[in-house]
Amino acid sequence: MKLRHAALAVAVASLASASPAWAETPKSGGTLTFAVSAEPPNFDCHAQSSFAFIHPVRPHYSTLLKFDTANYPKIVGDLAESWTVSPDGLVFTFKLRQNVKFHDGSAFSSADIKATYDRLRNPPQGVRSLRVESYADIESIDTPDAQTVVFKLSKPNASMLANFASPWDCVYSAAKLKEDPKFPERHILGTGPFTFVEHQAGSHWLGKKFDGYFEKGKPYLDGYRAVFMGGAPMVNALAAGQVLAEFRGHSPADRDRLVKALGDKAVVLESPWVCSLVVSFNTSKKPFDDARVRRALSLAVDRWTGAQALQKIALVRHVGGVLRPGYELATPEEELVKLPGFSRDIKAAREEARKLLKEAGAENLTFKLTNRNVAMPYTPVGVFLIDQWRQIGLNVQHEQLETRLYLAAQQRGNPTYDAALDFNCDFMDEPNLQLMKYISADRSALNYSGHTDRKLDELYDKQSGELDKAKRAALVREFERHLLEEAYVIPTIWWHRIVVLHKQLKGWNITPSHYVGQDLTDVWLDE
Amino acid sequence: MLRYIVQRLLLMIPTLLGVAILVFLMLRLMGGDPVEVMLRGEGANVPQEIIEAERVRLGLDKPIVVQFGRWLGGMLTGDFGVSMWTGNPVSHEIASRLQLSIQVAVMATILAVLLAIPLGTLSALYKDTWIDHLIRVVSIAGLGIPSFWLGMIIILLLLSYFHWHPPLTFTPLLENPRENLLQLIWPALAVGYRYSSVATRMMRSTLLEVLQEDYIRTARAKGVYERLVVTRHALSNAMLPVVTVVGLEFAFLIGGLVVTEQVFNLNGIGKLFVQAVARSDFTMVQSLVLLVAVFFIVVNFVIDMLYAWLDPRIRYR
Repeated sequence: MKLRHAALAVAVASLASASPAWAETPKSGGTLTFAVSAEPPNFDCHAQSSFAFIHPVRPHYSTLLKFDTANYPKIVGDLAESWTVSPDGLVFTFKLRQNVKFHDGSAFSSADIKATYDRLRNPPQGVRSLRVESYADIESIDTPDAQTVVFKLSKPNASMLANFASPWDCVYSAAKLKEDPKFPERHILGTGPFTFVEHQAGSHWLGKKFDGYFEKGKPYLDGYRAVFMGGAPMVNALAAGQVLAEFRGHSPADRDRLVKALGDKAVVLESPWVCSLVVSFNTSKKPFDDARVRRALSLAVDRWTGAQALQKIALVRHVGGVLRPGYELATPEEELVKLPGFSRDIKAAREEARKLLKEAGAENLTFKLTNRNVAMPYTPVGVFLIDQWRQIGLNVQHEQLETRLYLAAQQRGNPTYDAALDFNCDFMDEPNLQLMKYISADRSALNYSGHTDRKLDELYDKQSGELDKAKRAALVREFERHLLEEAYVIPTIWWHRIVVLHKQLKGWNITPSHYVGQDLTDVWLDE
Repeated sequence: MLRYIVQRLLLMIPTLLGVAILVFLMLRLMGGDPVEVMLRGEGANVPQEIIEAERVRLGLDKPIVVQFGRWLGGMLTGDFGVSMWTGNPVSHEIASRLQLSIQVAVMATILAVLLAIPLGTLSALYKDTWIDHLIRVVSIAGLGIPSFWLGMIIILLLLSYFHWHPPLTFTPLLENPRENLLQLIWPALAVGYRYSSVATRMMRSTLLEVLQEDYIRTARAKGVYERLVVTRHALSNAMLPVVTVVGLEFAFLIGGLVVTEQVFNLNGIGKLFVQAVARSDFTMVQSLVLLVAVFFIVVNFVIDMLYAWLDPRIRYR
């Protein structure tokens, strides 16, 4: 408790919509050293999905739009100076900044935006893009002049503007892509605040200030060094002040240890996180093909009490449905408690669960919960779920597997698991992203339960094209209700992000996404 | 002797081939798909077509026999293939880490030899005295304490009492000896302590045996100084098993310091090994296993040659 008070005394606690404003005048100079607990396999933004890529590589690139991390989820221009959206939501016109240069001195223009987004939505042979689905509604990209780019959609897409702020949409040089479409896999050439210096595999990544950066006076740093380290060595290095941050997040225990070691040099930032743990049921296996059994397993879990207890030892804290609690389109708590699995009357919920299991002939069910062999937060949440299912007389074995075996157990077309604890992390709050996990298997590569539900598909498509927020929220609610009734995949608890910084590091704001805000443009060192 | 050397070199080929077949098959049998790990490990929405295209690109759609043939053919021409994870040449990935692992192994070996020979000798010569008891306690502690745990304690002590942490990244010795040694002395100490304990125990035990031999009694009866009896007659014979232990431990250190490398955040072969297995990076694991096998074979060969040098009675034909 004393430690918690000490943490609060030195902490600048921040919620997603109320990040602290840095009132001091930024100082130029210095090299920021920070830790990254994993390493990117190659250099291509469009083919990546991990923070291990974003943290060291993102500072080299710009995107069309980006999130204002001090006012998340507000979107601001990066390469775009301004933009308009037609009233029907089908035409997005961007005016681009002038006098922007790539790191090799070549001029940036609308052709580079077109080439980038053509590659994202329709990658050439041999090129991998993980964002084809996100830009499937783009019908054409026109460049009437060097400073203007116009995107025309085939149908309205409520997430399209936010998609353009994706940190994965690094803008590449059209000229280089024309020479070699795979150029970005092994080369870094962006318009971002830092140029590429060195990548020592397994060791570190170096970036240097780009003097020709389009935001005058920025970046403030002379350079940065991302050191690939994780676990205890990373915490030790932070405690010693050798690295000033690790931007993904810490466990509560690591936070406490760092606060104790750093004392008044520690700054603790906390935020809800656009990451959740979900349980997928293998609907091709009995008895998980029975909605009564799945719903019973959801009803048995006391998410509210579990969140209270687990937040002390794990990265989870917030109880929510298919969308992050606190997000404007998420179901508010007073409505959430009426949905299956979210009632505060756990006794009644478990009675109903037992009744459903009896009806389905699945009393005393024995099965395996397949989980990742990763301590935080998978292990404690897995243990929690098993305990909850024991309360209704079920016998569940915890099977923690290495990633390769875990994925093999969920292999599409031939899944061998019973129930699996899975995660859902995205770069922003957006139903088109978060709901992708729950639609039919022939529509979503994230569907590991193997279910087909055309009602969910229909609702997904409807909300995707609904530009009116209130109507969209209603469609999402209907989606959520139906999903929780069928319970193919059930949300459990949403994550909570804790980042401990050295107080020297200024200008960085925490957001609900560990993929966002990592270009380091506004970061400075108070040395 | 030359014939013996050539025979030993030729024997390496079937040994390595056996290792290659074994590791190739074991990796394919143990389950896990490198493409799934690479593309879906972080929860990305990856269509099945992309997964299949990647499998074709990596040659994983071919029959196992064809995959093995291609890999073996590449090995014979010095092409170790590319990492399934990064796409970089395996030789490049290994080379960048080998220098660090070899340096830690060499430093730990030097430390072990410098400690083991004098301590083991003293312990044997002063058997059952307080010197012997002290050395035995220290060496048994070294055997019992895991080197990674000792490494963690070293780091915590440095942090707690000196508010200091070793450098985070590797600097080659010739580039900046100070930075290099400041980083690597600690893992060398942690590993070397256990290493020296094994060698000390072996030294003590073999020297005690040798000191009971008839030729030692004869030498003493002839009035040879005790120092000469030990150094000229006893030590060179007692060294043979110690050389074996030191050699095998050295070979083990090249790829076996997995946990110690994690503790000290060393970018060495052990860490690469763990990452490659976790990622199901078949080409990398295969190459690393062969590398370690080559090390063991070469070290064993060098040990045999050292035997011949230490003991003139040993002549290989």
